[in-house]
Amino acid sequence: MPIWLVVLVKSGILLFVVITTFAYAMLAERKVMGWMQLRPGPNRVGPWGLLQPAADAAKLMLKEDLMPRTADPLIYRLAPFLSLLTAFSVYAIIPFGASSAGTWAIGNVNAGVLFLLAITSLGVYGISLGGWASGSKYPLLGSVRATAQMISYELAMGLSFIGVLILAGTTSLDGIVNAQQRLWFFIPQFVAFVVYVITAVAETNRSPFDLVEAETELVAGFHTEYSGLRFGLFFIAEYVNMLTVSCIASLLFLGGWNAPFGWTWVPGIVWFLLKVGFFMFFYIWLRSTLPRFRYDRLMAFGWKVLLPIATLNLLVTAVVVAVWS
Amino acid sequence: MAMHKHLYNVGAILKGLSITLGMMFKRKPTIPYPSIRKQHAPRFHGLHELRRYDDGKERCIGCELCSIACPANAITVIGAENTPEDRHSPGERYAARYEIDELRCIFCGMCEEACPTDAIVLTPRFEMSDYRRGAFIYGKDRLLVPPEGGVGSPPDERPGGIPADLGGVAQTKSTTDVASGYDATFNGAKLKTERKGLAG
Amino acid sequence: MSVLFWGLAVVLVASAMWTIMASKPVYSVVALLANFFALAVLYLTLSAEFLAMIQLIVYSGAILVLFLFVIAMLSSGVASFSVGPNRLPRIAVPAVLLVLIALGLVVVGIFMPHPAPLPLAGAAVNAGAVGDANVFGSVADFGRALFTTYLLPFEVTALILMVAVIGVIVLAGEHAPYVGTPRRAEEVRKSLREAIAREGD
Repeated sequence: MPIWLVVLVKSGILLFVVITTFAYAMLAERKVMGWMQLRPGPNRVGPWGLLQPAADAAKLMLKEDLMPRTADPLIYRLAPFLSLLTAFSVYAIIPFGASSAGTWAIGNVNAGVLFLLAITSLGVYGISLGGWASGSKYPLLGSVRATAQMISYELAMGLSFIGVLILAGTTSLDGIVNAQQRLWFFIPQFVAFVVYVITAVAETNRSPFDLVEAETELVAGFHTEYSGLRFGLFFIAEYVNMLTVSCIASLLFLGGWNAPFGWTWVPGIVWFLLKVGFFMFFYIWLRSTLPRFRYDRLMAFGWKVLLPIATLNLLVTAVVVAVWS
Repeated sequence: MAMHKHLYNVGAILKGLSITLGMMFKRKPTIPYPSIRKQHAPRFHGLHELRRYDDGKERCIGCELCSIACPANAITVIGAENTPEDRHSPGERYAARYEIDELRCIFCGMCEEACPTDAIVLTPRFEMSDYRRGAFIYGKDRLLVPPEGGVGSPPDERPGGIPADLGGVAQTKSTTDVASGYDATFNGAKLKTERKGLAG
Repeated sequence: MSVLFWGLAVVLVASAMWTIMASKPVYSVVALLANFFALAVLYLTLSAEFLAMIQLIVYSGAILVLFLFVIAMLSSGVASFSVGPNRLPRIAVPAVLLVLIALGLVVVGIFMPHPAPLPLAGAAVNAGAVGDANVFGSVADFGRALFTTYLLPFEVTALILMVAVIGVIVLAGEHAPYVGTPRRAEEVRKSLREAIAREGD
């Protein structure tokens, strides 16, 4: 098969998988949060509510698409697509299994981690442009918050990557996972792991860092004015981003598709998906447990706690690696 | 940087996480309402009902005491004279029109206490939702027990106060069908047969 | 490759034009974002993988976001630039001349006999897939060059940027009443005490 056809087929399959995962991640979130709040969660559509995502999709598609009179039509329409574009393009390089077979990733980019950083740093545009273009005050406040928050936490996130890169000696995701065959990096890089998990929650704008949406203060933040399918696109982007950060955490810190305890009789893809699922559950768990940050504390935490810790971790890692090798 | 304070916070977060995780596996108190119904209190105040005597005559004599007693001004009664040819109730007068605006009603039961002939009682029926506001003005056509419905629901023991033998009164007043949770008044039983699928 | 190049070139020029001619500042930001993105892809076609990623991370991910932040904060909603005359036509003639001269220089540059390209210190220029290890422009090569051959310019640049950052803090601190130097804080406190003494409690 020609290379472009392979890429096209792989992209199609991945798109289908990611969208389905999004649909059931949403259902899982509502179910798990319900259980944690002593409720059964959605259970009316299909057995155990399993057809709920289909009902939600139908509802979003049939809803009226509203645009405020004060909105900027061009940017207002562009923003959800920008959000979705950045959310999905990350999957171009995420490997779901060892690349020796060559079938488990769309592209194996050598500067994989840098590409991840580059694309996730673009994720803020959908939110801040959407909030600005809505032409009303709550979305604007939400988008301003999003901008400040995502820039602040991106720094600590990038620094937490670098410790892993130093240990692995490569920036390719495949190489990083292969370097973890004996020891998963969350043990030697535990500080970076904790910093990454926290910044990942902040980057995806999920509770307790969901100041961008903050229902109690900002109605719904940047997507207050969006309805119907356009709101749905933002919604998809949020969950796909959540899936992305879970994949990155598994790849960089939990050994990707490497089996624990030498249990290699289970295929690598299963291990990888288990790890991703664990992180997804963890984010839902956090959401139903922790209250929202206050905005000044969020900024202070990012700049005065996470950034110094990440920098120190980088320094120590660099010195230790330099002395040992 | 007050590090010890942050470490304390980490402990608090872990504690919170353990609590939510524990809750996840607890029994859920939710009752899946339309398919399983909770039995309501014996003296539950729901939709009104106009009762009849054993011989099928209306109990209401159109005295308007309920309308006066009503704190929400929800009841409108227009009385008329009985004639030998057109006799509705045993006395001189009967209610030509009897309307209750159930959107105004606060279900306090004062009408039931004010009634000298035990004509109006509050049944345990509460499922009255509709799409039109007008549908909540209940006239005699919907309030009066139909002739084939017997005398109607038994009233609370009066005047006021909780009687000494609460158990006995509760039993006479409790019109709830224990098995299905539906109220066992005439209209309630009709409702139950209409929704057979849901009542299980 | 050349189709890709010409496509990107058109996108680049068009988005650059839109950046300077847009009626609303936010449109300029969006156009500049498209411009940066096309530029990053262009870097990739030139086998400059690291540069492409850094272009996205630094320019699109940080600097342009700050532009957007300021514009969203300052321009109320959707106010446009419509005040004032369009100055573009007045500079059209010199601009066109300048562009023609630049193009001429490029053409001359292309058709002139080339000197041999400067070899990267210590590493031969290898051909291969973009981003492969030891291929020109890969992250490893870039880092090695930056921290060996060009270490001094790199560190000097870092120092200059540091000086700029400190300068910004000093300049901003001078005008902020409660932050900044201890001397400034003492002054503020002193003037407050005097005001209280003057006015009574």
